[in-house]
Formats: sequence, structure tokens, C-alpha cells
Amino acid sequence: MTILRPYGDTTGDGMVQVSFTLPMPHSKTAEGAAAQLAGKMGIDPAMVVHAKPMGPDFTFFVVYGRVNHLVDTSKVQVVERDYPLLTPKEVNLAVKRGLRRKLVVVGACIGSDAHTVGIDAILNIKGFAGEKGLEYYGEVKVVNLGAQVAVPQLVARAQEEGADAVLVSQVVTQRDAHLLNTKEMSAAFREAYPADKRPLLIVGGPRFDESMAAELGVDRVFARGTTPGEVASYLTDAIVTRRAARAGAGA
Amino acid sequence: MVSTSSTGGRGSTGGRGSTGGRGSSGGRRPRGKLDLDPVTVRKARSLARKVGRPIVDLAQQHTTVSVERATLRLGGLQGADADGIPWVNRLLDAVRGDVGIEHGIALPVWDSLVRGEADDLAVLAQKAAAGSVRFRVPEGRDLVRARSAARKQVGAGMKKVDARRRERERLVRKWGDPEQKPWIYLIVATGDIYEDIPQAQQAAREGADVIAVIRSTGQSLLDYVPEGATREGFAGTYATQENFRLMRAALDESSAELGRYVRLTNYASGLCMPEIAALAGLERLDMMLNDSMYGILFRDINPIRTFVDQRFSRQVHARAGIIINTGEDNYLTTADAVEAAHTVTTSQLLNEYFAKEAGLEDWQLGLGHAFEIDPEIPDSFRMELAHALLARELFPDAPLKWMPPTRHMTGDVFRGYLLDGFFNLAGALTGQGILLVGMMTEAVVTPWLSDRDLALQNVRYVLNAAGGLAEDFRPASDGFIAERARRVLAESIDLLEQIASDRDAAGDPPLLAAIADGTFGLMKRPADAGRGLDGVAAKAPEYFNPASEILEGER
Repeated sequence: MTILRPYGDTTGDGMVQVSFTLPMPHSKTAEGAAAQLAGKMGIDPAMVVHAKPMGPDFTFFVVYGRVNHLVDTSKVQVVERDYPLLTPKEVNLAVKRGLRRKLVVVGACIGSDAHTVGIDAILNIKGFAGEKGLEYYGEVKVVNLGAQVAVPQLVARAQEEGADAVLVSQVVTQRDAHLLNTKEMSAAFREAYPADKRPLLIVGGPRFDESMAAELGVDRVFARGTTPGEVASYLTDAIVTRRAARAGAGA
Repeated sequence: MVSTSSTGGRGSTGGRGSTGGRGSSGGRRPRGKLDLDPVTVRKARSLARKVGRPIVDLAQQHTTVSVERATLRLGGLQGADADGIPWVNRLLDAVRGDVGIEHGIALPVWDSLVRGEADDLAVLAQKAAAGSVRFRVPEGRDLVRARSAARKQVGAGMKKVDARRRERERLVRKWGDPEQKPWIYLIVATGDIYEDIPQAQQAAREGADVIAVIRSTGQSLLDYVPEGATREGFAGTYATQENFRLMRAALDESSAELGRYVRLTNYASGLCMPEIAALAGLERLDMMLNDSMYGILFRDINPIRTFVDQRFSRQVHARAGIIINTGEDNYLTTADAVEAAHTVTTSQLLNEYFAKEAGLEDWQLGLGHAFEIDPEIPDSFRMELAHALLARELFPDAPLKWMPPTRHMTGDVFRGYLLDGFFNLAGALTGQGILLVGMMTEAVVTPWLSDRDLALQNVRYVLNAAGGLAEDFRPASDGFIAERARRVLAESIDLLEQIASDRDAAGDPPLLAAIADGTFGLMKRPADAGRGLDGVAAKAPEYFNPASEILEGER
């Protein structure tokens, strides 16, 4: 079955429930406006079951009704994540078993960028979107260099710490600074390390396109909304799981 | 429990241990609602004092760039240069370059004013930034003159803070406090102060008693306070003096309209904690988030920097009549809320000690805790009640800050709404002082207008329906709730004992050693690392700070 309708209490009834606010005082007209919106959303017939004034200028609605749309599951397209999402416990266990030492992550905002929001959201224990940052992971050693770190300094620290991965956050995008800084960074790491010893290079920020990794010379690009858990899962997959797989294949 | 006056002893801690005084008329009636043993409670407080005292000594021996900049702000220096760097930073950096900060900034600064290098602080800062003034530490008669000029000018700033406190007291008398307890605390966070204002006013109209303006992510790590009205922030709005002023004025309008005094909250945390505390005092903010260890553990700010800044900022809050909110809820967002329950109690005891040492009174201690137990665990609500009631009984005169579930909010907004209802019920049953309104869209979106409206309906329904149920809620003294509460208290005493005996190679105070080896929230934060360490200086014997002099003299 690839063609579906929403299910209320009977197959094929197409029932949905939505709620929204209109910026207008509560009145008969407002309720009519809610029904009109629901109609345009494909809900027909629409039942405005609840309308509540919120202050003098807004009204909140709950609408139930039948949608006339069908969904075709054979035409659904999704971008699949190519690594499994792990819990912090699973990450710690995988690192402990796979690496038998802590996984070392060095993070920084490079260039003139003083916005540590991104790197802190991923690294600080405080975390982001209800997920704790990488500092929370017992088997991950985090070295957060903070803002305005020069590329040579970042390379030196990565070597000193024996970094498995380098995370760079770039928020400022004036004159494509984020792209130029990232290319400078990846070139410097390629120069400083033999190819098989180079740490994993990861860059993130609100204006990056996830498909640009190759162009920028990094291993992975994370876009807006990436959570610490996704980064941790990716690191585990790239550094622990695949390395083990390679070693297994070679043996 | 919240009152604007208090007869509680200030400055002293640990002495007041009994929680059962109200009900005990001799014989063997249960002591309070949990039958806590007063001897155990006294022991907990005396351990907190034992752990805290060396930290206070350490704080008294050091100063920081932010404490010194706060002093300049109290002296009246405002504004920023063309690059947005505040003049207090410009002036401090120049003085520090010439003579360091170990003598305090007041002597070199007012010495050059007395010498006629500039007419006022603003001009002096400009000249200093241009490199046309050399600073020195005055001696002899020059020292006496500089000291007296500094005292006069910083004293005038402190009088402004005092006037703002009296103004608050007058307005609270005029417009009144909220009718119900707990006070309803709502957050706005658009990033744009001019969007925050109508949202805050609308929230007040809908029933909020306290408005908190969340700060822009990352502000805690800035070593300067941004200047002016700001319109762009990340997930929050920058804390600036002008933003404080604008929002307080807007809430004064709302208070007049609604006939109740609507309080304003911001964050005295991060690298600029003392300066933000001073600005809060000058602009009549009413509550400030101000935890003793949050910056260390969650922002990797150097421990000594944090404790020095914290003590000064708490002294300012005490003087300004500001209620502090501590951050124990954060422990539960990183650790399991059942296993780590005692770390909350431990932190509350430490926060209480540090707060009272700094001169805060019971009514100013919004000690934090949170409803974060996994709802899948059997008896999770009973345990929440046990933990919440323990805090209530341990700190009977503090307006406890009750924080809603965040960790187990899944995106299922319907389930989240129910969980928030139970959170509200626990708050009503255990007499919490300040209730941060939970949003069913936690972890989904920043709250919509309708989310806030629904959340407030939830709070109002529960408080209204439960009414005075707290009066009837007396858990059996040998029952699950009382047992659980006593166990958490016992565990927190064990933890305090463990901290008190912690040692490190450098001979640091035990609490610093404990923080360094990961006792709290799994974070290891050594005393010689972390952000802001380079802004800490050991005080010279002739250190002078007119603000500290007034604040210490108070006590």
C-alpha cells in the first residue's frame, strides 16, 4: 500500500487536527477566518472546535477535519544519515572498546570569528537542543580553544593533543570568510600531517551547505541545527567503527 | 515565603538549623513535614560552612578585571568607543598595562583625576585609550587624596543603587505583590529588545509576575558588557545597561496597568558577573540568576575567577535588594535526577552559605531545583515531591525557584502538557516560591504566543484547583516521601564530607580540589585553568576598592 490518507478512527477518513493562532480579535469573523484557512490547507469539511482570545489582538484555534490530500509513500525522498545515531552511553562504550583510550577532539572558532555559539553548543557540557555537549561524554577528551584562534595555533594544538578530530565553527560569513577560513585550515592540516595520520576535519555553521565537504577539503560539514549527539555519533562512526572495519579488512 | 522585609539574621550561616520550629511544642510531634532531624540539618549547614569558608578567604585575597570594571561602572563610567568596546574595558586595560590591578583600579584612576589629567572618568578613559596618560600607584598625601576622591564618586554610585532599591520598595507598596504563591516566572528571548518588550508586556498581561530576558548564547564568555539597545542576539538578547533600562521602564508601565509589580530578571553570570550585577542594581532589576558554580562547571570559567566575581556580585545584589536565582536545575539536566538528587541539595547548601556570607538575606535566596525525573520510573512523582519538599523544609524562608521538565520533553507536546501539569501540582503542593512556567514545546521551538497562553492556563488551573492543598499535604513520617527526603539529605552530607576531605597536590581549598577532580556534574575543572584566569590578580597589601569597602562595611 503506497497511497495513504490520515487515520482518525476509520480507514480512509483522512482526519487531522491542527492548531494555530490568527492575529485578530476573537469574533464570528475570526472563526470564519480560521475555517477559511483550514479549507485552503485542504481540510474540508473543517470543524473549528475551539477558539480562544489571547489578549485583545490574537485568537487561538483548534480545528478538526478531513483532508482531501493523499500521500504516496513510494515518492517520499529523504536524505539518509550515513551513520547510526548513538546515545552517549553507546558512544562511550564504542570508544572504550574500539580505541582503548579517549577520543580526542580539538575545537575552535578560527579567523576573526568571535562567535563561539556553535562550537560551544557542540562541545560545552551545557549542549544544545536538550542534548549534552561532547564534554559530557566520559570517553571523549575535549579541548575547546575558543574564539579567534589562528590556524597555525590550531594545528600546533591538534598535534600536541594527538587530536582524532578537529572541529571548527564559523558563524561570520562576510565576504565568504567562512569558506576561505575553512580552506586555509584544511590546507594547513594537509601540509602538517601525512595523509593517513591527519585528524578528521569537521566544520560547522549556519551558512554551510552539507554537500561542500570535498570542495572545502574537510571530511564533513554540519549545517544549522546539528546536535552534539549527531556529531558524537558521526565521530564514533568515522573514527572508531570504520577504522576497526578497515583494520578487520586488512587482517 | 517571599517578603520584602526579613528579620532573619544576616551574615551568619549555619546557626539556624531547625526546620521544625513551627510545629514543635515539645513532646514527639513530627518536626516539620518531613520530620528532619535538626541535628542532621545543623550538620549539613556546618559542613557547607567548612567547605565554603576557605573559598571566601580565597575570594577576599583576589580581585579580577571584572570586579574592578564594576567599580568603574559604579563610579559612573558608561559608554563604549567606536568599536563597541566599553570605556571601562579601555580604561582598565590601560591602567593594568601600567601598574597592574593588584592595588585595585581606584587608586591609579582617581590619582590621575586628582592630578588633573582629565576632568572626568569618560575623558580619562579616552585619553588612556589613546595612550596619553600614564598611571601610577599614588603614595603619601596623593594616596589619601585619590582614596577620598574615589570613595566620594563610587559612594555616589552606591547611593543610586540604594535609591533604586527604595524605589522598588515604594512601587511594590503602591502596586502590590502577586496575589498567589508561587510567583509565575516567564521567559522572553527574541534577540531583539524591541520585540522582547511587547512580548514581555503581553506575558505580564496574561499573568506573568516575573519576566526573564534570556541572554544571547555566548554572552557569558564575553569579557565585556555590550553597550546600548541591541536588536540581534543568538537565542536571546544581550544584557546591556540600556536594554535593562528599556525593559524595566516597559514593565513599570505594565505594573501600573495591571496593579501589581511585575519583576524583571536577568543573568549575573559569566565573565562579567560583577559588572552585570552593578548594572542590575543601577537599573532596578529585581532578580538575577547567580549560581556559585555554574560558570565553572558549564562554561569552563576559571574557578577562582568565578568565586571572586561571585562574591562581589552577591554583595551588590544584597545591597540592591535583588533576589538571586541559583542554578541547581542544571545538575539535573546533565546527570540522572534520581541518582544526582543529593548534588542539588549540596549545591543549595553551598549557595546558601556563600549568599549569606555575602550579606544576602533568606528572602533573597531563590535556590533552584527542578522536576527532571524520568517519568517512566515508577513513583517518579512521589520522588519529585520528596525532593521539592526537602528543599522547602531545609530552607523554609527562601523563595525557592522551581524549574520545569526539559530533559524528558520529547516533542510530544500533548504528553509534555501533562508533565507540566504535574510539575505545577508539585509546585503547589510543596509551597514553591517562584515557578518557571514549563512549555509543552520545550525542545521543539522557542515558545509561540499560543504555547505561552496554554502554559499559563495550565498553571492557573492547577494553582486554582489545588488551592491551599499544601496545608493538607503531610506525608507520613515513615512513608516513602519522608524516607526518600531523609536519604537525599544523608547523601548530601556524605558528599559534603567527601568534599571537605578532598585534597590536591597544590594545597588548594578542598572545594577547588573537588571541582578539579570532577565531583560535580562529571566536569573536571582545575583551579589553574579555564577562561578568565588571566583576569585574576592576588591583592597587594595596599589594595583598595571603594565599592568593596562600602559593601563589606555594610555587614
